[in-house]
Amino acid sequence: MGIAETYTRGRQAAVARPGSIILGLVVAVLLFDLGVGLATGDNSFSGVGSLMWDGLMRGLVIGLAGIGLSMTYSILNFANFAHGDYITAGAFSGWATTYVVAGLGRADIGALFLVGASGSVFGGTLGIGVTGTPLAVVAGALVAGGFTVALAVVIDRTVFKPIRDESGITLLITSIGVAFALRYIMQFVFSSSVRGTTAQPPSVSLYFVDGVVRINAHDIALVVVAGGLMLGVHLLLQLTTLGKAMRAMADNEDLAQITGIPTERVVRAVWIIGGGLTGVAGYMFVLWKGTLGFNDGWLLLLLIFAAVILGGIGSVYGAIVGGLAIGLTASMSVIWIPSAFSRAAAFFVMIVILLVKPEGIFSGRSTA
Amino acid sequence: MRDDVVARIPGGDTGAIVAVLLVIYAAYVLAGVGLGFSLRGQLNTVATLTFFIGVFAMLSLALNLHWGYTGLFNIGIVGFMAVGIYVMALVSKPLYEAGGASQVGGLGLPIVVGMLAGMAAAALLGLVVALPALRLRADYLAIVTIAMSEIVRFSFLSGDFQQFQLFGERVGFGGGSGLILDYTDPIEAFFSVVGLWDAYLGVVDAFGVLIPTNPKPIVDGLVYGALLLGFVAAYFWLLKRTGESPFGRVLKAIREDEDVANSLGKNTNRFKIKAFMLGCALMGLAGVLWFMRSGAVTPNTFRPRITFFIWIALIIGGAGSNTGSVLGGAVFAALLYQGPRTLKNLIDAVLPSTNAPSGFGPAVAPLFSTLDPAPLLFYTLDSVRQLQLVFMGLVLIWLMHNRPEGMLGHRKETAAGIPLTAQRAQKRQAADGGGGDDE
Repeated sequence: MGIAETYTRGRQAAVARPGSIILGLVVAVLLFDLGVGLATGDNSFSGVGSLMWDGLMRGLVIGLAGIGLSMTYSILNFANFAHGDYITAGAFSGWATTYVVAGLGRADIGALFLVGASGSVFGGTLGIGVTGTPLAVVAGALVAGGFTVALAVVIDRTVFKPIRDESGITLLITSIGVAFALRYIMQFVFSSSVRGTTAQPPSVSLYFVDGVVRINAHDIALVVVAGGLMLGVHLLLQLTTLGKAMRAMADNEDLAQITGIPTERVVRAVWIIGGGLTGVAGYMFVLWKGTLGFNDGWLLLLLIFAAVILGGIGSVYGAIVGGLAIGLTASMSVIWIPSAFSRAAAFFVMIVILLVKPEGIFSGRSTA
Repeated sequence: MRDDVVARIPGGDTGAIVAVLLVIYAAYVLAGVGLGFSLRGQLNTVATLTFFIGVFAMLSLALNLHWGYTGLFNIGIVGFMAVGIYVMALVSKPLYEAGGASQVGGLGLPIVVGMLAGMAAAALLGLVVALPALRLRADYLAIVTIAMSEIVRFSFLSGDFQQFQLFGERVGFGGGSGLILDYTDPIEAFFSVVGLWDAYLGVVDAFGVLIPTNPKPIVDGLVYGALLLGFVAAYFWLLKRTGESPFGRVLKAIREDEDVANSLGKNTNRFKIKAFMLGCALMGLAGVLWFMRSGAVTPNTFRPRITFFIWIALIIGGAGSNTGSVLGGAVFAALLYQGPRTLKNLIDAVLPSTNAPSGFGPAVAPLFSTLDPAPLLFYTLDSVRQLQLVFMGLVLIWLMHNRPEGMLGHRKETAAGIPLTAQRAQKRQAADGGGGDDE
């Protein structure tokens, strides 16, 4: 292939997609700036490494929670704004369990059930952590998943099923109603205080060029759980007929129904898988960051939307990759801009992606 | 059926609005009597109620232009409101003086200039959001607009815009600790401009006959409420004219089927951007009017829940109908926003006064140990501000299930700006159940 041909192709790409070229230039400038900073010592390798690790952890949570959102988005055709509050509900149910298992006999049972509302009992005092109270953490994660499955299925039955055939916008508005009702019921029960939930986990310091990157036990737990669940979803969708049925439904629901796919049962399966992943994601998120408040899920939701759109709606792998990208953006943007804007930077990336490539990275590969 | 009810009320749509307002005020006055309010308390209730009816009616009218007319799914309303009031404060706050109460100053321009600047800024932000987002599907626009409203909130929260230099003056947005609105009281500014400030003070003094001590806040509140209702009328008139104009007909065509509108040679993107910017400017102005007399603003006031309120108001009233928007704003303000708080006060007045438990735990514990439901009841009453949001969520779900078109939505619209039928024919049409001629 000649130079002229390459040149022509490049020019065609530049004309056809000017946004992509500009985006590439911006990324190049940012990377150059980072490189200069590293070379001159303004940024330390270990500092950047720590931010990157932080972003990866955040990205795993976003990706895990995003799978469920992505599946319902593609199969039921609506953006579920209640998803963030499913995360919070999972976190509260799981942490109530953890507190009760870890603190039974050591504190008032009511205070334990309410996850230490208004400072009645502290997670740090109970020594909660993967290493300190492994049984309580496992039980909590299981209950978080189970409870969120039940919640998602019940809400689907009572709220979404009667208006299944309405437009996506009708469902979206309804889901906003669900979100507010759930969030403020949780505030009513668990109070609006943000509580610390875990004791300081043991950590190791890995040497990295010019300093150390600290990795603690909860990071490891998050990697293991999120990685395992993602692998499980991958196998489930690739090896069972359920995955095929879901792909068919995402493509054309009427056609799927005609060919004998029990669509309602697939929908229920989607809520079960998505709800379970979401609940566990909420639990692990709180385990990882060590605090729990009734607004956590809502604040995470917009980042999850960003990840799902970035990855391509309906694509499970897209949700994971998008989650990692958004998590890294949110954490690493502080290298270039003030930290108050890190969340804004993630939203900005989403808006840019909507402009440049609205179908997402893994476009056209629904639910696989 | 409901259309018939509206049709039978004398005065048509305006009559319906007035009737609903009268019923609401009568209910609140009765509640005030039940609470044993003094005249001062009653007038205060009326002023507060009027204020919220005014702002919610204005905002749902502006949203109606976006969603009802053009089909633009904007759930970032609160961001445009925040930009409106913050830019207005930036322009209208007095110049910075060392040692003053406020950490930062403004440009010291008249309040009217500030309001116009706030509207312009909101419209510009609308343009920035609309340019990319209007090419996208409705649900993407939703996500982009709500993300934008949160970016606006984070920006005002950040320390970087806390203070900066503009035209050589020390100005800023105050960051997380808030911004003191230390300009002249808007009511004073308004009456001074028209040269009636002394007359106004005379009226306040005359009010002293009814309320002996410090009548000014009450009169201020009532006058401001009346002013807001004037703005509602102006919004209504503007949007009605817009909707009936050729411009408005294109907007409705876009809402129904954008491709068709496009194929008829209309540049739908340009129409959508114009409509979006106009709506954003109106939202900015509503934000200014809502918060300009509150003394100070903090960024965390502008959370997405305000957007949620306005959507409920519009859906109650019925998207697509200006009358419905005003009615929805009024009904929302009276029943869902102020209603639960008034109800709580009523119940508090009846029940013996006790201290409510501090949390859900202490509230529920007696129910299990001694089967005493009273603490839970008191805690529930005490948490009415959270529970009313739960209730609103349930109302929204119920509406989407049972009456997605709201009170007055989806009425038949004449495409022409002038009445096409003679009086007699119109009557026959109404008798046939053909519905009113809303727009």
